[in-house]
Amino acid sequence: MGRLLKYLRLDKFPTVWCAGCGVGIVMGCIIRVVDKLKVNPDKVVIVSGIGCSGRMPGYLDFNTLHTTHGRALVFATGLKLAKPSLEIIVVMGDGDALAIGGNHLIHAARRNVNLTSIIINNWIYGMTGGQYSPATPRGAFATTAPYGNLEPPFEVPELVRGSGASYVARGTVYHTRQLDRLIERGMRKEGFGLVEVLSPCPVGFGRRNQMKSAIAMMRWQKDRAVSLKRASKMNEEELKDKIITGVLFEREAPEYTQEYERLMSRVKTRKEIGKREIQTGLGEIHEE
Amino acid sequence: MEKPALISGNEAVAYGALAAGVRFFAGYPITPSSEIAETLSELLPRMGGKFVQMEDELASMGAIVGASLAGVNSMTATSGPGFSLMQENIGFAFMTEVPCVIVNVQRGGPSTGLPTKPSQGDVMQTRWGTHGGCNTIALCPWSVRETFDLTIDCVNLANRYRLPVVLLLDEVIAHMREKVVLPSFGGVKKVQRKKPTCLPQEYLPYEITEDDIPPMADFGEGYRYHVTGLTHDPTGFPTSNAKEIDQLVRRLYGKIERYRDEITRIEEEYLADAQILVFAYGSVSRSAISAVKEARARGIKAGLLRPVSIWPFPDKHISRLADQLKAIIVAEMNLGQMIGEVRRASCERVKILGVTRVDGELITPDEILTAIQEVS
Repeated sequence: MGRLLKYLRLDKFPTVWCAGCGVGIVMGCIIRVVDKLKVNPDKVVIVSGIGCSGRMPGYLDFNTLHTTHGRALVFATGLKLAKPSLEIIVVMGDGDALAIGGNHLIHAARRNVNLTSIIINNWIYGMTGGQYSPATPRGAFATTAPYGNLEPPFEVPELVRGSGASYVARGTVYHTRQLDRLIERGMRKEGFGLVEVLSPCPVGFGRRNQMKSAIAMMRWQKDRAVSLKRASKMNEEELKDKIITGVLFEREAPEYTQEYERLMSRVKTRKEIGKREIQTGLGEIHEE
Repeated sequence: MEKPALISGNEAVAYGALAAGVRFFAGYPITPSSEIAETLSELLPRMGGKFVQMEDELASMGAIVGASLAGVNSMTATSGPGFSLMQENIGFAFMTEVPCVIVNVQRGGPSTGLPTKPSQGDVMQTRWGTHGGCNTIALCPWSVRETFDLTIDCVNLANRYRLPVVLLLDEVIAHMREKVVLPSFGGVKKVQRKKPTCLPQEYLPYEITEDDIPPMADFGEGYRYHVTGLTHDPTGFPTSNAKEIDQLVRRLYGKIERYRDEITRIEEEYLADAQILVFAYGSVSRSAISAVKEARARGIKAGLLRPVSIWPFPDKHISRLADQLKAIIVAEMNLGQMIGEVRRASCERVKILGVTRVDGELITPDEILTAIQEVS
């Protein structure tokens, strides 16, 4: 435990998060994995968007970037392409990644840049006061769904898998050991990895949906989450209302930055100098 | 070796970017700027640089800020509709002081407008487009060769002052081909960012320095620091302390004002004894110089003032000239954007007349000459 404190900016504590929030638990998982993998902290970048999750980078002693709403993945894409040696972890919320950042999410997955992304899904816009998000279950109550939410939520792993990601997993903040393993495997994986983490928001979501306490929300996770292994032995009836966790999908696919490096060495070694280069003096730069 | 070449303005942007050391470009296709992306997609990987086509302009702008934080000179290029989408992250780059260059090839508007025809409708958006009120540097070339030079200047200004800089073209300059003789890229002057010299644990990424420009470390080189679009203190972390916020916002805005004379550039023709000034920029200034010469041939003392830096606006030049002149004619392809600035800077001590077009056609020398004769 003491060993992990060096990854935190303790002078920035206490955090902005409410009692019972799960974002801090995910933060704990991240630093445990960075420590286990012995990644040089100087090379680690944590990128976030806007919302409660967006505040996480500020508490972590890495290179940290708190971007605009929904855009964390595009900043991360630029960073990774410009400096592939960086180990980049992108932390997003459900409104952040799925609503305003939905386009960036599917394209980052499709491009398959080597990023580890985490969607902390608390089913609600927490920081703005409990409005429904694209992850809010149908029928749930929110400050902008006073009569119950009419919209169905995204099935996040399916969305990201269908977009082309190399790795898709789901965990909960209740099952932290499993979550450590899921994030670790995501970081080891070459290509775009996504871990969806179910995380409680007792203040924004629970209060309006018969889960007033943080404990009630954690109990919900404990009761509903079923590992993929256990789920494979359960029938449809037993799986009703259950949430399957674990490594849901994994594949080997060309990773963008590596493909680009290959492209660069392929075109650099071209013998002939193109017309543009002769015209503009670009050839001289090649000679340098 | 310097050889003549026949290239377009858009190609000149791409070559200027490479000459200035731009090694990252993210963009989204849009007429009439696409040739910039096309050229860089071919040449960047051959020069050890990265090109990526993003899913939209919001993403392009975010990606170049990310790449710049890794220490790489970065650029994007677009046209009006895409420039609108970039405003969010242009504000972020301004707030976080991340150097980058945005090329906007203006086309007819509003909205989808006239994709294949020129306009100068984004001049005010360049200055005021992002929310919250920031300050801007924007350069505006009138020829292909100047496009090459100003692209390099934009990269250097971004690095010198740590901010997003806009290169404002119009469709005519972008698509026009001219014979140019480009300098050897190796000899091009490159301004490097001011880097921290202190130990990492002593580094303040938003330090209040004597010159108002904090030193910038690259991500990944040992200076682990925080970057946020929230109002932040010198350590880079969010603050709601009124004094710190005031200091930050005034410094961000003020660093352009402080170096205004260093940044502001104009070009003038026949101004020494001019009584009638034509104020024009971009492709319109090409018609304007013809009109001025024709007026001179007819005995009218006309002159041209062309702002090379459109932002900051050349207030002092206009103010100084106002008492000497009989009239100022502002010719622009919009319904009056720079004319307001000319009115403001001259305090309306002189008669001011606008020549405008918004139909996608160039303002002709004749139209400007008619205006000159009208006020002479």
